Amino acid sequence: MIVEILTGAIRAGTSVLFASLGEVVAQRAGVINLGTEGSMLGGAFVAFAVTYQTGSPWIGLLAGGLAGLLFALIHAFLVIQRRANQLAVGLTIIFLAQGLTAFMGQDYVDKQINGLNPIAIPVLSDIPFIGPVFFNHDILTYLVFLLVPLIWWFLFYSKPGVLLRATGEREEVVFSLGKSPTLIRYLAVSFGGLMAGLGGAQLSIAFTHTWVENMTQGRGIIAVALVIFAAWLPTRAMLGAYLFGGAQALQLALQGRGLEVSPFLLFMLPYLLTLVVLFIVERRKVSSMPESLRKVFEGERGGG
Amino acid sequence: MGTVMKWRKSLIVGLVMMMMLSVLAACSGGDDTAKETETPDEKKEAVTGPGTGGSAIGFLFVGAKDDYGYNKAAYLGSEGVEENFPDLKVLRKENVPETAEAERVMEEMIRNGAKVIFPTSYGHLDPALNVAKRYPDVAFFHQGGLKTSENLGTYFGNIWETVYLSGVTAGKMTKSNKLGYIVSFPIPQVLLNINAFTMGAKSVNPDIKVNAVFTGSWCDPGLQASAANSLLDQGVDVLTQHQDCTKTIIETAERRGAMSVGYHADASELAPKGWLTGAIWNWKELYSEMARTAVEGKFVGSKFNASYRIGIEEGAVELAPFGSSVPDDVKALVEEKRLAILDGSLHPFAGPVKDQSGAVKIEDGVKPNVEQLETTDYLVEGVIGNIPK
Repeated sequence: MIVEILTGAIRAGTSVLFASLGEVVAQRAGVINLGTEGSMLGGAFVAFAVTYQTGSPWIGLLAGGLAGLLFALIHAFLVIQRRANQLAVGLTIIFLAQGLTAFMGQDYVDKQINGLNPIAIPVLSDIPFIGPVFFNHDILTYLVFLLVPLIWWFLFYSKPGVLLRATGEREEVVFSLGKSPTLIRYLAVSFGGLMAGLGGAQLSIAFTHTWVENMTQGRGIIAVALVIFAAWLPTRAMLGAYLFGGAQALQLALQGRGLEVSPFLLFMLPYLLTLVVLFIVERRKVSSMPESLRKVFEGERGGG
Repeated sequence: MGTVMKWRKSLIVGLVMMMMLSVLAACSGGDDTAKETETPDEKKEAVTGPGTGGSAIGFLFVGAKDDYGYNKAAYLGSEGVEENFPDLKVLRKENVPETAEAERVMEEMIRNGAKVIFPTSYGHLDPALNVAKRYPDVAFFHQGGLKTSENLGTYFGNIWETVYLSGVTAGKMTKSNKLGYIVSFPIPQVLLNINAFTMGAKSVNPDIKVNAVFTGSWCDPGLQASAANSLLDQGVDVLTQHQDCTKTIIETAERRGAMSVGYHADASELAPKGWLTGAIWNWKELYSEMARTAVEGKFVGSKFNASYRIGIEEGAVELAPFGSSVPDDVKALVEEKRLAILDGSLHPFAGPVKDQSGAVKIEDGVKPNVEQLETTDYLVEGVIGNIPK
């Protein structure tokens, strides 16, 4: 049963993890993008439609990522250049994506695609316990496993990563170094959108092989929330995303075994458990929030 | 000062986006409703009453017509009406939420000449009752409800009869004796279907267990895939479901080499290897008959001006074609049971029926009627899964 739940956690959590990792980078640069949900949904739809039209999930994946990036660019333009309210723009992008994809996606609901299927990694997948849990997934899941340490390294040990974090903390410093905080923010938000698009694509062309209107069902919002509770750390975002997936897998496994608990309580479990655990983890370190995000929550003061 | 300017800017940007959205929403409303239709001025003298004198018939669907499920079945029914009423325009609107938005859609259809309206989702009932009150000359046929009014009737099919037969098929075909049922919410319709499926499977294979898993949604493909994988990991080898969109679960079962039983609509093409059969709707005849009753001014006091229920006998519920893996002897057995239900010698819920705790719910020799069944609030023996107490 534990193997089943852990495997289920990774299956259900991977799309959220993609979006969460992207949002870690965006928020580290000082931009919060609720539109992540829109990017995910756009990515899910475009990846599915392009996979269907071209027959290639790889082209679909690329297109899905780009669609996510495009939605994020709208956000970047309005927020960075036009200085619009970040939360309001993010919400608007969600509705925009929902309307657009529902409208354009009507003809794709009944379509079948040859998407990405699980690939068991030879030898590794035969290891008891660890094998089935970690090494029998679609290729995007393996990709996200690699991206977690890569992004962590980038943020904390590479020069561009330091600049990106500085943009989120004290953009004057970046400015005085002769770099453009605006450009760095644009890149960070775009990367966030790209990742959310890939997450959406994982959901549509790898996990479910399905397109249905509004199929992300708030997973992008969860991803944004996870970033905040994960204290802007890629490793903790991974913990959070798989905790969310794990709670979902757990409630399904418990139901399947006839546990005497109301399903309505179990439906809440993913949200509840994720919040509680991350709250406990987070309590010790309170002020890791990138400085410029404070403006989003406490109102614009100066900021320039 | 600067702050105020920024606020105004973001306000303006927000407003522009909202306007774009409302335009989009109107566009996605698309289909036929947006087009102008001329309302006929002259009403024929002879025919009066709700439903008469219109130039169109309206259909509301809660989801997309291509969901291989509930909405596809209803959509096929609306095509039957289109064939049978060449003089009337058929207005359709997909993805109508179960909110006041449904009232707006119905009123728009009425403005476009509809005098007969089919709100096809369970949650469209209250909006439809509201609109029916405001437009007494329009006839409404609601799918699945129990509340009615002077110009609103409800109808539904006893699909549990064919769900029982698909349970018989699954009970014969399973090798692990574990069947999986992915369901939405613990409402009577859903519980009744789980029970019917289990009774059918147990009638031919007393050892089977049915694992019922609630997802808490009608169509969340991600959750469906998780539930399907979870059940398959537990050793289930036949998956069935009570969801609105059925494609993800059937395809997941097929990819993992398991068998599937469909629901709502024929989805055999999604699973060439694992498809067994399914309980499906055939609304064409009934929709047309109801529309005819209304158009001819005979709605008030008719059998449709009430809570009308029909079953396998009238052809509104059917068994989907068998898959290639189902052997002839199983097909023959299912056909035998189907005929027995038709001639009344077999009642799927003939007592004694016990619930999960072993308590007798239907006494020995009792054949429950439709009202009793449609208020089912328990799961029968052999089901693993829980409903809120």
